[in-house]
Amino acid sequence: MQRIGVFVCHCGTNIAATVDVKKVVEMAAKEPGVVHAEDYQYMCSEAGQAKIINAIHEKNLTGIVVCSCSPRMHEATFRKAAAKAGLNPYMVEIANIREHCSWIHKDMEEATLKAVILARAAIAKVNLDAPLQPGESLVTKRALVIGGGIAGIQSALDIAEAGYEVDIVEKLPSIGGRMSQLDKTFPTLDCSACILTPKMVEAAAHEKINIYTYSEVEKVSGFVGDFTVDIRKKARSVDMSKCTGCGVCSEKCPSKKNANEFNRGLNNRSAIYIPFAQAIPNVPVIDRENCIKFKTGKCGACSKVCAAGAIDYEQKDEIVTQKYGAIVVATGFDVIPLDKYDEYAYSQSKDVITSLELERIMNAAGPTKGHLERLSDGKAPKNIVFVQCVGSRCSDERGKSYCSKICCMYTAKHAMLIRDKYPDTNVTVFYIDVRTPGKNFDEFYRRAVEDYGVNYVKGQVGKVIPQPDGTLMVQASDLLENKQIHMEADMVVLAAAIEPNKDVRKIATMLTASIDTNNFLTEAHAKLRPVESPTAGIFLSGVCQGPKDIPETVAQAGAAAVKAIGLLAKDKLTTNPCTAHSDELLCNGCSQCANVCPYGAISYEEKQVNDHGIRETRRIAVVNNALCQGCGACTVTCPSGAMDLQGFSNRQILAEVDAICR
Amino acid sequence: MSIEAKEEFRPKIVAFCCNWCSYAGADLAGSSRLSYPADVKIIRVPCSCRVNPMFILRAFEKGADGVIMCGCHPGDCHYTTGNYYARRRMTLLFSMLDFIGVENGRTRVEWVSAAEGVKFSQTMNEFVEKIYSLGKNVRLEDLRCRN
Amino acid sequence: MQELITRAKELLADGTVVRVLGWKAGDLSYNPEAAYFETAESLDEFVYNGFCGQNLSKMMIEASKLEGKTLVCLKPCDTYSFNQLIKEHRVDREKAYIIGVGCKGKLNVEKLREMGIKGIKSISGAELTDACEELHISTIYGDKTVAYKEAMLERCHVCKGKEHMIYDEIIGESKDTKDADRFAEVEKIEKMSPEERFAFFQKELSKCIRCNACRNACPACSCRKCVFDSTKFDSAQKANVDSFEEKMFHIIRAFHVAGRCTDCGECSRVCPQGIPLHLFNRKFIKDIDTFYGEYQAGADDQSKGPLTSFTFDDVEPGVVAERG
Repeated sequence: MQRIGVFVCHCGTNIAATVDVKKVVEMAAKEPGVVHAEDYQYMCSEAGQAKIINAIHEKNLTGIVVCSCSPRMHEATFRKAAAKAGLNPYMVEIANIREHCSWIHKDMEEATLKAVILARAAIAKVNLDAPLQPGESLVTKRALVIGGGIAGIQSALDIAEAGYEVDIVEKLPSIGGRMSQLDKTFPTLDCSACILTPKMVEAAAHEKINIYTYSEVEKVSGFVGDFTVDIRKKARSVDMSKCTGCGVCSEKCPSKKNANEFNRGLNNRSAIYIPFAQAIPNVPVIDRENCIKFKTGKCGACSKVCAAGAIDYEQKDEIVTQKYGAIVVATGFDVIPLDKYDEYAYSQSKDVITSLELERIMNAAGPTKGHLERLSDGKAPKNIVFVQCVGSRCSDERGKSYCSKICCMYTAKHAMLIRDKYPDTNVTVFYIDVRTPGKNFDEFYRRAVEDYGVNYVKGQVGKVIPQPDGTLMVQASDLLENKQIHMEADMVVLAAAIEPNKDVRKIATMLTASIDTNNFLTEAHAKLRPVESPTAGIFLSGVCQGPKDIPETVAQAGAAAVKAIGLLAKDKLTTNPCTAHSDELLCNGCSQCANVCPYGAISYEEKQVNDHGIRETRRIAVVNNALCQGCGACTVTCPSGAMDLQGFSNRQILAEVDAICR
Repeated sequence: MSIEAKEEFRPKIVAFCCNWCSYAGADLAGSSRLSYPADVKIIRVPCSCRVNPMFILRAFEKGADGVIMCGCHPGDCHYTTGNYYARRRMTLLFSMLDFIGVENGRTRVEWVSAAEGVKFSQTMNEFVEKIYSLGKNVRLEDLRCRN
Repeated sequence: MQELITRAKELLADGTVVRVLGWKAGDLSYNPEAAYFETAESLDEFVYNGFCGQNLSKMMIEASKLEGKTLVCLKPCDTYSFNQLIKEHRVDREKAYIIGVGCKGKLNVEKLREMGIKGIKSISGAELTDACEELHISTIYGDKTVAYKEAMLERCHVCKGKEHMIYDEIIGESKDTKDADRFAEVEKIEKMSPEERFAFFQKELSKCIRCNACRNACPACSCRKCVFDSTKFDSAQKANVDSFEEKMFHIIRAFHVAGRCTDCGECSRVCPQGIPLHLFNRKFIKDIDTFYGEYQAGADDQSKGPLTSFTFDDVEPGVVAERG
């Protein structure tokens, strides 16, 4: 029989105003196993904890129930107090009589009765508690960063600067990410490549950073401090150690009509290509789907012209297996597909483009060499219409419910740049709201309106109709003037919503990191732990967590890095002792538990058992406590009840049920 | 509702809440002072997949009038897949209870995230109201367990 | 039957198997019982006829622990159970030599009794080589002839088919005896009001004497220690002293075998109280088929069962209340 102490907290008046704490003490004292019960103003205070410690010593308590706020607040506090007094910290249970009782009930009698019942359930549970010993696991001092955009690069640099090895895995042939596709950045209008390229170079040159481009994370196992990751290095068909990056292969490649992804498909590239001038590594890749050699077996032009002999058609994908202590996810975003927004005629007219396509058009290395021209006829547009919130803040199924956050600002940037460079171009922006919260953001937007004469119209574009003469008829409403507008445009630019990279769901599943309904990775706490995933050891960097601009992304990347560094700085971690374990005398060895285990923590052993005199070799489930995270899926799958969860055992939960229903 | 009516029937309602989402959602309901009837008592479990049908039947056996299980939204499970298994288990269990003639309003599953204090409170208010309308659970209670 | 015996003797003689698991005659002509045969001589007692309903696959759990191979006679529907047991690592395929025995439907003597046939001396027409269209019953009150189908077990009216799912060789012909809808009974109950359903199960389950025959016969219900006997779960029960315990037992039993139950019908066949226990299993099977796609446990020995798998867009538990 346990010797249980019950401690009822007043929490000032937070609890005591609605719950008769004296009554709770009185009733709890009558429960089986309870040898001590008292109340105090603030159990979590030093003095409150001292009361617990004293009672443990004086009454030889073997278990503690604290009736207080949520265990999510102070369970750790009281466990530490118990440990100070020499009691196993897992012999502490919390009855949540604040969040789940005093704060939501008004009637004192009702609330008190409920508090008594909640205390009773906790006492019933602690009666069946057993001391648990957390294990220890070692921390592999190496971090993985998934994604080589500005977020991933920044996180990797910060971790590497702290002295830890970092691997960046980027699925495209070069690092750089979305930012490398941008022309200028708001609100300072500095050139994107000019500020990104040095970062890319720094990452590539850093002795602690190893970059896997054209590679993908294929499999993740393990847990915080000890992840094992398989990385697939896709065959580049070019030997990176030999290639000098001269680019002759691309020039001579006869397969030239392949959509250039870097320029959003607005022009073509050869089948062997370096995605962009500043690419890191500056090594081409063969796009095997479009390479004549791979399609027909005949060609080999690149190989013939390569003086370094770097072309290797036989190269195969390679799997690299590496251990990591921490993983930073920086998978970034893409713009949404616009197939559901036919009213804007995106698929019908070459002159209806997305803002990201406009970035490429404005860029000197883009499809028009930086000249603002219509893709249909190469003429300079005289009237440009920008449409905001295409798919953002959308209440129907077609788009996203959230605000993409960056569009207001980049549209102001585009409008301003166009008006600056081509002053006789008319620029009209249709908007729902202009959102400019950020340092120097509103000033920037006002400059676009006041100094550059951009015409902002509050209202939505209903339809864009391509005209026979090649112009575009824009039908819109002006909400402030309350009138319909029909205007002619030469170019329409859509601020398409951004969404997490399409691979993020796959990656989140591998990492067991949770994602929300919009596929953004969920943070451990929306306010207090914004760069950590609820899954320990996984950190969030950049837009994979939610829409953000470059400075926010860089700030978050740094924060994620700091969290990862904090983890890597530890030599050992304590593991959660609330893990599953299998009773070898009850186990059928049926494998159903292993089928539902998300961590692969259950394996089977042929084991000699002595079942009440029957000695035989049985197939027995064995739980790897280092892998088990304690979800309990296995316990319910197990028909015989052989699989049980420490800290939340079958008997304990049944005892709580019984106590509540008594 | 008058005091007399309350004394006539106060339902016993057990709510299993997963530690990561729904228990936190209940905490948020508390800190936001979003009230729901005191008849609801929460049992914390690590994940909705920890809820054994046996626990639910046991609650009914011991006189619970309603049992509700709350977990993370599908796709948001802290353990990735726990609630998917729980969803299948509970669907089948509830269907079986319905099959043997237990009022199907006495069981419910609701996915409540840590951010959904309002939803938690609303759900509990609705559920309790439903149980009031169904009245005492006479079909499943084990008579010996009354005291 | 002779062909079976001859083949079993051959396999014993050449050392392929060291024992045979089949049936021998019981004290009455209509209750043969499962038996092991280890010698050629003992095989003369071997019987196989329309009353050999017992699913022997479960006995292979214990037989798998014995030295040497066991020849086991499995009817088409029994092979589903055997596959399921392989999947769950409960039987060792290498320790079994499976003779897929032909089956033309198995008989339920209670059906004959319901027809008023008493004082049965012997029954013919139910041998493996018979056409199994008519049954000739010799009773102390004279001879009777009944249509074979009239005396069949419920499960044979919803036969899963005459194919063996796993075997080393097949002896004897099989016949698909399906002539009823597997879910008709379940649907009938579903259409009742909740009050009627409750009354129906209350009446049926109040007959339960917790003899555990269902548990012992069921090939899926094969835990080393049942949770209802276990102190580890605080769920040990003795008998039906109240209105809920036997409900809980049968619901949980059906839940534990849900997705694993091959619908072999042994539970109902062995129930001494005649409780239609298969209704629980079949309700789960029907729901699984409806909600998650058709699934036949034991059709293979690899696939993940419906309760150990999921899809992202599975139906919500609320469907139960919504469908009314």
